[in-house]
Amino acid sequence: MTGPRQDPDLIRPYVRTGGRTRPSQDVRLESLVFAATGTVQGLGPDARRVLALFTPSQGGGLAVADIAATLALPPSATRILVADLMDQGLLTAPTAAEPERPAASLMERVLDGLRALA
Amino acid sequence: MDFALSPNRVDFVPRTVTQPAKIVIAGAFAVGKTTFVASVSEVAPLRMEEPIIRASTTVDDLTGTPGKNTTTVGLDYGRIHLGNQLVLYLFGTPGQIRFRPLWEDLTEGALGALVLADTRDLDASHDILGLLESQNTPYAVAINLFDHAPRYPLPEIRQALALEDHTPLTECDAREYGSCLQALITLTEYLTRPAPPLEPQP
Ligand SMILES: Nc1nc2c(ncn2[C@@H]2O[C@H](COP(=O)(O)OP(=O)(O)OP(=O)(O)O)[C@@H](O)[C@H]2O)c(=O)[nH]1
Ligand SMILES: [Mg+2]
Repeated sequence: MTGPRQDPDLIRPYVRTGGRTRPSQDVRLESLVFAATGTVQGLGPDARRVLALFTPSQGGGLAVADIAATLALPPSATRILVADLMDQGLLTAPTAAEPERPAASLMERVLDGLRALA
Repeated sequence: MDFALSPNRVDFVPRTVTQPAKIVIAGAFAVGKTTFVASVSEVAPLRMEEPIIRASTTVDDLTGTPGKNTTTVGLDYGRIHLGNQLVLYLFGTPGQIRFRPLWEDLTEGALGALVLADTRDLDASHDILGLLESQNTPYAVAINLFDHAPRYPLPEIRQALALEDHTPLTECDAREYGSCLQALITLTEYLTRPAPPLEPQP
């Protein structure tokens, strides 16, 4: 469907990611990534900035959204950068991204977690 | 452009966290989405900026300063830790949904959507409800009770929004933590229920 009030003429400028429009892996805005040990070679400036963010992480992780917000990078481009860094073994994700429709067991865990806060 | 980042500005999740989950806070312009996210988030909500341009813009324009063809869509989000291993991200959708790919980035992989609505302009919600239905994203609706907004019985609101019988409809105050948490629980309870039987085709 074309959807309500869609403007088909709008696009995102992918200047920073070599014209690619999709990440090489399924990386979402909420995907969590942790620093890993790979060889840092031939990285572009944006990829280096992403890795530098993790210097004080002490093993902690960031969501792709955190990287986009902190570095003021477009979220769409950040997904691609992070997927590339995962390909190179420089970032690692604890779990694969949820399928388009998340598992029922995850919904149950979220419900239990929310109820525990109420 | 390199700006110095103080390490404290980045809020890392502990290594014990293995699973992210996402719920989308949707709704028309100024219904209280950002307020809602800020009320329930454990960290100050963060904002991403996605620049979009007109496809008719020439390549030269892309490398220059943002011109009249460039706009930015702001996306804000927050997070809630649910135990040691699970973290729930809440993403507020932009009030304007003219740009479909961005909407898909937000809703893809989401557990579901909580649609906020304001009784002063219920009709403004139809676009978003239609979009969620078209991509089969399950949703619940919460009326954000603004101070001077008219109050209607929920059955009347259900009818005005043309909601299915099984769609949860509740009220909330987007400024209050407990109220927002309850609205999220209402949505998640719905998500964990078995899918409603398919309607017979007319
Ligand atoms: N009285 C009252 N005011 C509210 C409530 N929720 C939000 N507001 C106010 O309404 C205005 C809009 O709220 P936002 O949270 O920015 O709404 P939004 O949906 O994020 O708006 P857009 O992102 O621009 O579409 C702000 O000035 C809020 O302070 C509420 O529950 N009661
Ligand atoms: Mg907002």
